[in-house]
Formats: sequence, C-alpha cells, structure tokens
Amino acid sequence: MFRRFFTLLILASFCVPALAVKAGDSIQIKGSDTMVNLAQAWAEKYMENNPKVFIAVTGGGSGTGLSSLISNTCDIAMSSRNIKEKEIALAKQRGVNPYEMKVGLDGLAVVVNPKNPVSRLTQGELAQIFSGKITNWKEVGGQDRKIVILSREVNSGTHVYFKEHILRNNDPNSKEEFAPAALMLPSSQAIADEVANNPSAIGYYGMGYISPKQRPLSVAKDAKSEYISPTVENVISGKYPISRPLFIYTNGEPKGLVKEFDDFILSKEGQEIVLKTDFVPIK
Amino acid sequence: MRKFKEFIIEKLILICGIASIIFVALIFLFLLKEGLALFKIIPFKSFLFGRNWYPISEPAQLGILPLILGSLWVTVGAAIISIPIGVACAVYIAEVAPVKIKEVLKAGIELLAAIPSVVLGFIGMVTLVPWVKHIFNLPTGLTALSGSIMLAFMAMPTIVSIAEDALYSVPKSYKEGALALGATQWQTIYRVLLPAASSGILAAVMLGIGRVIGETMAVMMITGNSAIIPNSILQPVRTLTATIAAEMGETVVGSEHYFALFAIGIVLFVISFAVNVTADLFLHKRK
Repeated sequence: MFRRFFTLLILASFCVPALAVKAGDSIQIKGSDTMVNLAQAWAEKYMENNPKVFIAVTGGGSGTGLSSLISNTCDIAMSSRNIKEKEIALAKQRGVNPYEMKVGLDGLAVVVNPKNPVSRLTQGELAQIFSGKITNWKEVGGQDRKIVILSREVNSGTHVYFKEHILRNNDPNSKEEFAPAALMLPSSQAIADEVANNPSAIGYYGMGYISPKQRPLSVAKDAKSEYISPTVENVISGKYPISRPLFIYTNGEPKGLVKEFDDFILSKEGQEIVLKTDFVPIK
Repeated sequence: MRKFKEFIIEKLILICGIASIIFVALIFLFLLKEGLALFKIIPFKSFLFGRNWYPISEPAQLGILPLILGSLWVTVGAAIISIPIGVACAVYIAEVAPVKIKEVLKAGIELLAAIPSVVLGFIGMVTLVPWVKHIFNLPTGLTALSGSIMLAFMAMPTIVSIAEDALYSVPKSYKEGALALGATQWQTIYRVLLPAASSGILAAVMLGIGRVIGETMAVMMITGNSAIIPNSILQPVRTLTATIAAEMGETVVGSEHYFALFAIGIVLFVISFAVNVTADLFLHKRK
C-alpha cells in the first residue's frame, strides 16, 4: 500500500502547478536556457547598482518561460524564439498581453568532436544530417562512422529555431522533422559534454558554450557560398547564416521596476554585458 | 463528555484513515479529466499505437508506441539483471550468511535504497555510459542498457528485502524436515524453501518492477531520450516517465500537448496499478 501511495505521490507532483511567490521589490525572470547566463549577469550588475532590488533568474527553456508568463508566475520571460500565435491566443484568454523586446543576437554553433576531420558543412548538408538522410560521416568527407545526432529537448527555443531555420529552411509548409534517432538532451551543457567525449557526435548550441573541447563548424548557405565560422564579428555583420534574435517578454508594456530593469538592459552598460557573455549586442 | 471525546477522536482517526484513499481518488479523477480530453482531439488508437512522437509540430504527432516500447525495454533489461541477483542475495542473507555478514549486507542494501535517483543517474552518466559505449563499440553509450543497469540497482533493495521476508516466513519445520531427511543445505533451499516462499518472492519481483517503471530522473539522464521504435537494448530509448518530465515545462496549459502528457500519466498509472495489484495478489496468496 505504501508503495502504491508513493507512486501516486510522484504522479501527483506532476499535477501541481508551480507556485510562485511575488514580493514588492523583486523580479522573477524565467525562460531560455541559452539566455540564463546573460540574464544572470544583468541581474547581478543591476542588483549591485540597486541593492534593494532582488532579481531571480531561472532557466527551463523558452517554452517554459513563455508558459509561465501566460500563467502569470513570472514577470519577464526570456525567449530565444518569437512567441507563437497559439501562445498569444492562450495568453489573451488569460488576460495576459505579451509585449516583445529584442535584447540581443545569438549565433548558433554547430559543433563536432575535435577528433572529427569534418570542419565545414553547408546548410543543406546540416538539414540532411539532422533529419536523418545522411547517416554516415564519410558522406560529408569524414571517417566511416555512424553520425550521432544530438538535439535539445522540445522545450528549448534553440530546438525550435534549428528545426524551422535549418531543417525546414524557413519554409512554413515544410514537414521536415528531426530524425527520430536524434538523442534529446536536457541542456546545452549535456550536448557540450557528449560532443567532447564522442567522435561521432554532432550537436548545436548557443555560441556562448563554445570551448576547446568541441570544434564549431564553419557553415555556408549553399555549396557556392563562402564558409563562415561562428564568431561575434560574423554574426554582427550578418555573414554567419545561423543567428537569431533574443527576446524578453513582459505582460503589457513594462512598468515600474520591470521598466527600469528593461531600460538597463538596453543601456550601454547592459549591452556591454551582452558582448561579455559571448552574445551579440543589438546597438 | 467522555463519550463525546471518544466520538471526536474516533472520527478524526477515521478521516486520517480514509484520507489516503480520497487523495488517490482525487488524483486519479484529475488525471482522467485532463488526460481524456485528448481523445476529443485525436483518436485513442492513434495515440496508443502511433509510431511518431512530435508533440510541438503543426499538426502535432502524438503516438506513444515508441515511448511504451522504450519503457518496456528498459524495464525488461532491469528485471533480467536485478531479479536473479536480488533473489540470490535474499537467499544468501536469509539462509547462508553468518550473523555478522548478514548485518553488514542488510545495512548496505538499505543504503543503496537511500541513494537519490538523480545521484545514481549522474554517476551512471559519467561512469557507466562511456563504459557501455566502449565495450559494445557503439556510436553512443546513452542506451536502454545503461538505463537498465542503473535501474537494476534501484530495484534491488526492494526485491532483496521483500524476498528475504518471504523466506523468513517459511515455517521452520519445513527446513528441519528437509534436513532431517538427509537433504543438503542447497537441496533444502531450492527444493523446499524457494517453492514455499515463491508467492512472496514473486510479489517482491513485481514491486521491484513497479519501482523501475515509475523511475524518471536517472533514465532521463542516461537513456538518450530518442523517440524511436527500439529493436535492440543497445539503442537509445525514450521512456514514458522521461517524456513527461522533459516536456511538462514547455506545455501551455490546455494545449493538446498538455493533454497528451496527462494521457501518458494515465497509461503509467494503469501500468503501475496493474503491477501493484499483481504483487498484492501474490502476497495475499501467501497469507
């Protein structure tokens, strides 16, 4: 009996909606894992300047952030993708009015193990690899190894962006999906670790995660174009093809404390932090 | 006045007594209410037997066959590993081991039960996963087998302690009779004690399996989570539990994806309920 009850308790814990505590001088920020470090850096600097204010930053994925904005459990949602029509409709139903603000840009790096001789691919080749049409590294000039595809879970904005812009090549009618065999990993760090240990793996993450343990690939729009490596300069100039805007969403136009924080983000100081955390400022 | 006090206390205890049943009923009702809403949108058959799980696509494909098979592979693998070891360990503790070793073993097994599953998952990720990849020469070590091995560790404490109880509850006269007839210790164990305790041991096995099916964190960390129809234990799999845990954060309340996750919850509930009822039946048969 005890066991059965325990099983139910675990099941039950999935059913209880997260309760959020709100106090006067605090801001709850939630969402994109890509942006967590950035938002944390903003929050630390802002709290240093305004010691009375408390800002809590949590990750979970863009979808997580937006759904908690919709259910009113956070003040600011970070998102590495645009809000979906469906989400806007749901928000309106609940009396929430999502207000969008662009705060930076992010280059998405496609990475392989440093032992892998492949160092550049076209967007078309990437699409074929991640949708499972190319399954062996030798088809793109590598060793005779099976390709292990690493992807983020479906709650990740990076996942959605990659699917829409690489797999579906921005075509809204395309039905292309990640190969069912793709490993779904719970965080960008997990992808970084697996790529570092596995010579057959290919994965993607925000530029901020690039380290010597993984090799970022140079990417070309098509076979005739130049291969461009994911660097801050190439993202600013717009040459690197896989870059995306980063957003924050608030309920209605920001007011009070949230507005002051938003102004700080767009200020020179805030945008310098963007650059420092390996993202690309908008100003 | 005293009678009134008695009455109040009696009723209070009654409420506490039935509280757990009320909770179970409420949870189940909530699960049903949220989960069954899905079948207004997609038919039951394409949910249970659909081969593709793409919950956020337009239109969403919500087939959980790969997830059910994923859970099945991991569970069967864990059972194959943990049942023989667990039962043998129970026999050793109950019948063979000297008192001192017995105490050490029992404490060790309790300790194993106390390790949080996220810790086991983490240890598995850094030690077991590279090892599995290397030994079987696989493209990745994040496979059903890694999950099975880690879950076997989690099922063992349950299996050992309940099977051990079952062995203890075999009347002493059985053993004495067998030994008096000239049977060796091993003959006594496998011809007399094991058959006599079989229903309790089966219950132990079922409860161990129940634990494996419901486990979430460790499997999410080490099975790779790809929603393919697996045809070998050396492939990555996505289990029912890991799917709920990985995706619940993203779903917007009231979307079909949200209902689908609750429907998976119903499937899990039904499976673990069936397993527990079977275990209960075996336990009662023993008494």
